[in-house]
Amino acid sequence: MERSDTLQEKMEQNGMSRRTFIKYCASLASLMALPPSAAYAMAEALGKAKRPSVIWLPFQECTGCTESITRSHSPSIEGMIFDMISLDYQETLMAAAGHQAEEALHAAMKENYGKYVLIIDGSVATGLDGAYSCIAGRSNLESLKEAAKGAAAIIALGSCASFGGIPKANPNPTGAVAVSDIIKDKPIVNIPGCPPIPVVITGVLAQFLTFGTLPELDKLGRPKAVFGETIHDRCYRRPFYDQGKFAKTFDDEGARQGWCLFELGCKGPVTYNACATTKWNDSTSFPIESGHGCIGCSEPDFWDAGGFYKALSMPADPLKMAATAAVAGAAVGVAISFANRAKKGAAKSAHETTKLEDLEK
Amino acid sequence: MSASLEKGVRVLKEVIDAPIASYFNSCVHCGLCAEACLFYTETGDPKYTPIHKLEPLRRIYEQEYTLLGRLKKMAGLSKPVTDAELDEWQELVYNSCTLCARCSAVCPVGNDIVYMVRKFREGMSAAGHAPEGIKGAVNRTITIGSPMGVKLPAVQAQMKHVEADYGIPIPLDAEGAEYMVMLSSMEIINFPEYLGAIAKIMHQAGKTWTLCSTAFEATNAGMQIGNSDLARVLVSRIVDGAEKLKVKTVISPECGHAYTALRWEGANLIGRPFTFEVKHILEVLAEFQEKGLLKTEGFETDKLTFHDPCQLVRRGGVIQQPRKLINQVAKNFVEMPDSGFMNWCCGGGGGASAIEEGAELRLEAFRKKKSQLDAVKPDRLVTACANCRIVLEEGLEHYQMDIPVVGLTEMIAEHLPERQKPEGS
Amino acid sequence: MNELQFLTWVRGTGLNIAVGIFLLGVLWRLFEIYSLGRKQDLSAPRHASGASGFHTIFRRSLPPPGMLKRSPVSYIGGYVFHIGLAIVVFLFAPHILLIKNLTGLSWPALPSQFIDLMAVVTMAAMVVVLVDRINKPVKRFLSTFEDWFTWTVTFLPVLTGWMAVQHLLLPYTTMLALHILSVELLLVVLPFTKLFHVFTLFGSRWYNGKVNGHKGVPV
Repeated sequence: MERSDTLQEKMEQNGMSRRTFIKYCASLASLMALPPSAAYAMAEALGKAKRPSVIWLPFQECTGCTESITRSHSPSIEGMIFDMISLDYQETLMAAAGHQAEEALHAAMKENYGKYVLIIDGSVATGLDGAYSCIAGRSNLESLKEAAKGAAAIIALGSCASFGGIPKANPNPTGAVAVSDIIKDKPIVNIPGCPPIPVVITGVLAQFLTFGTLPELDKLGRPKAVFGETIHDRCYRRPFYDQGKFAKTFDDEGARQGWCLFELGCKGPVTYNACATTKWNDSTSFPIESGHGCIGCSEPDFWDAGGFYKALSMPADPLKMAATAAVAGAAVGVAISFANRAKKGAAKSAHETTKLEDLEK
Repeated sequence: MSASLEKGVRVLKEVIDAPIASYFNSCVHCGLCAEACLFYTETGDPKYTPIHKLEPLRRIYEQEYTLLGRLKKMAGLSKPVTDAELDEWQELVYNSCTLCARCSAVCPVGNDIVYMVRKFREGMSAAGHAPEGIKGAVNRTITIGSPMGVKLPAVQAQMKHVEADYGIPIPLDAEGAEYMVMLSSMEIINFPEYLGAIAKIMHQAGKTWTLCSTAFEATNAGMQIGNSDLARVLVSRIVDGAEKLKVKTVISPECGHAYTALRWEGANLIGRPFTFEVKHILEVLAEFQEKGLLKTEGFETDKLTFHDPCQLVRRGGVIQQPRKLINQVAKNFVEMPDSGFMNWCCGGGGGASAIEEGAELRLEAFRKKKSQLDAVKPDRLVTACANCRIVLEEGLEHYQMDIPVVGLTEMIAEHLPERQKPEGS
Repeated sequence: MNELQFLTWVRGTGLNIAVGIFLLGVLWRLFEIYSLGRKQDLSAPRHASGASGFHTIFRRSLPPPGMLKRSPVSYIGGYVFHIGLAIVVFLFAPHILLIKNLTGLSWPALPSQFIDLMAVVTMAAMVVVLVDRINKPVKRFLSTFEDWFTWTVTFLPVLTGWMAVQHLLLPYTTMLALHILSVELLLVVLPFTKLFHVFTLFGSRWYNGKVNGHKGVPV
């Protein structure tokens, strides 16, 4: 890959003006909650940067994250980012295959040892020593450990890499775990979502390239700028929630009026993501706006959170014990009743009629 | 001489029932019962809180009749009720409780605390922890026939006096009479005008009535000590007498607990409904009034107020009758604050007036009645219970309040038109 | 365990256990108490209108003559706390949904901002009655560990629920899980403490009213 072109040069080649580029950097800086001055810094740095190596390893994934990231209706912007970096290994996008691809991977890792950004999507299978997911005859688990050694930073892209995702859902037959469960000695940024919002990855990369730092992360390793608020707190349907106006089916009057989807299982209140503000497809819409409740896809174990169509206020699984408990309680109660009546009866039978002298001890 | 803790506990196990269990499990420690009890309001001592008076009973209930309580007991984690504790509780259960039932009327969760105190006294008396004063009264009632030791000859002497003074014969053991009249010791000894009043009223109303030689005493000290067996003995005398004489109605005199004992507890003590009716004298008078059989003339003009005897009004349901009767013979009748079925106890009911060592406490508690009277400033105080009269008079004297106390029946009788004495008298 | 797993547990297993113990406890205790029975009253009743067990069940919620002045905090604090708690529990949309899921019954909700206000008012009333319990000699005298414990167990659900909605202290998901957990604690201890008055007060008031109604006294 040509590395001598700077991004600035690349963009001129593609007919994009510097002005447009700066505007783009401004929107990236804003997304990452960086101050306005960062926009210029970003433009400068990105403009001059030698494109760093990025190695993208896919594990137990559905390729949805790749689809999301690359799916954009303005390819020049997203594509530009891929020109900003030197994407040295990406199975879906690279032209090479087989031995060639493997050689490219090992060459890149060796040349840029200690400096490359490692992107992982998909969970890491640990069952049967990792045999459930192998590429080129090696388990993902092994590949991860090897690749992580030379990485400057790791981006766990998507909920599978961040938290285990769908493979980890009950009963987790492959022993799927998150990247952060395996690698403990490298900075990891989790960018969850099933899939994540496209522009988030570019924002994180832009920050890294400009400032050499990773964004401030929350307790789950997610960039606070993107995952700091719940969907519920930013949802445009919130006033309906507060007024108690809920759609009860997907096609009733409430649904047509755009009422709150809480009753239909929306997990907005417990989901941290930027969907309600940034939205998808260049701010076209997001699930709730399209009439389906949030499924909480950027949260760990959202597959096992009691059901997509069960409201948060409902018990997660049916109250199986209730009937048994009631019967047991009645049984205990009846048993005690018998004991009590017997005791009282015995006391009554043993009654000694009090005579005057019996008032004295 | 067989009273013992064991016996007491056994008796309590007998009497604990669903209501008591419900009450103990409902109590939320709000303390409102104390705010209704004159022994707390006038002393400020929290130990007089009504529900606290039942603490040993509560523990017995828990340890005997709840699964968790029994398990705790088996594990040695529960505090047993001891003889010493019952001794300590004697003051709370007897001296400072007149069974006035104000606590039962205010408890927000509905606890009938007076019911529980009554049942607790069953255990206390069986365990030998009833106060001497009441034991003496019970003794005299059972053996002699009346708590003040009044015997038939004394009653007959009174009868003769009344016959002479009023010229009306007083029937004794007259079979088939409509009414059987009873007296309380207090009346026989302290207020003999009562008998004369009855005679006059009955005569005017044209009703047949009689005294009973084996059942002239209404006071039931067994009920006050809280012993059903002894109370039963006393009630049975009345029931036997009434059934022997085949009367329609037994009249309970101006005595509070006599009414409660006969009217409400009597049938339950003997285990079958009565074949006769039981009425308080005021109920009878009110009936006469309604039927136009109670003709009076003249009015009291001084300022009168009425003390509602607890057992008659709040616990007896004879609420409006006293007022209707007073208004027939008085022009200046004013109600005191909290009058009616929320009136405050005189402080001497439930056997308390027989407990010598409780006198100081009673006088302290009397400040409540004093405050009610201070608000009204009556010239005289009317009531319808002989025990209340004595206690009120004692209290008024102690606080140097010059307010004479009168019985309602007497007052009514004073306004009956003079009848001509028969010739030759 | 992460916060969503904790929430899923309290919504699932935790709730199962708590509701199970609650139902078991309530039935057991109701039998335990009321099976003791009572003797029939053989005395002739006085028939007075307005005096009966049922009348007292309702009437006893009002302060009897003279009592409000003697203990205004007990009555007013008690009303505000109980009514406030009822409003928050039964008229908040997510709670109604839970009840609908458990029983099939539902009714309209009040706006959540109003519920928010009621939660604060309820907590304030609870603090006032707590302070009164500490200050008043009779209440202090009667109070045992159980009284402080049940106060806390009743206060925590209101506090944690309100804190969750206000996004205070801990992230929402954790706060919500703690709220549900605190309700589960309340459910588990209710049948075995004075909180059981929720059920027994009806029986107690009814017995009381019946006995007095028999005599014609409208208490």
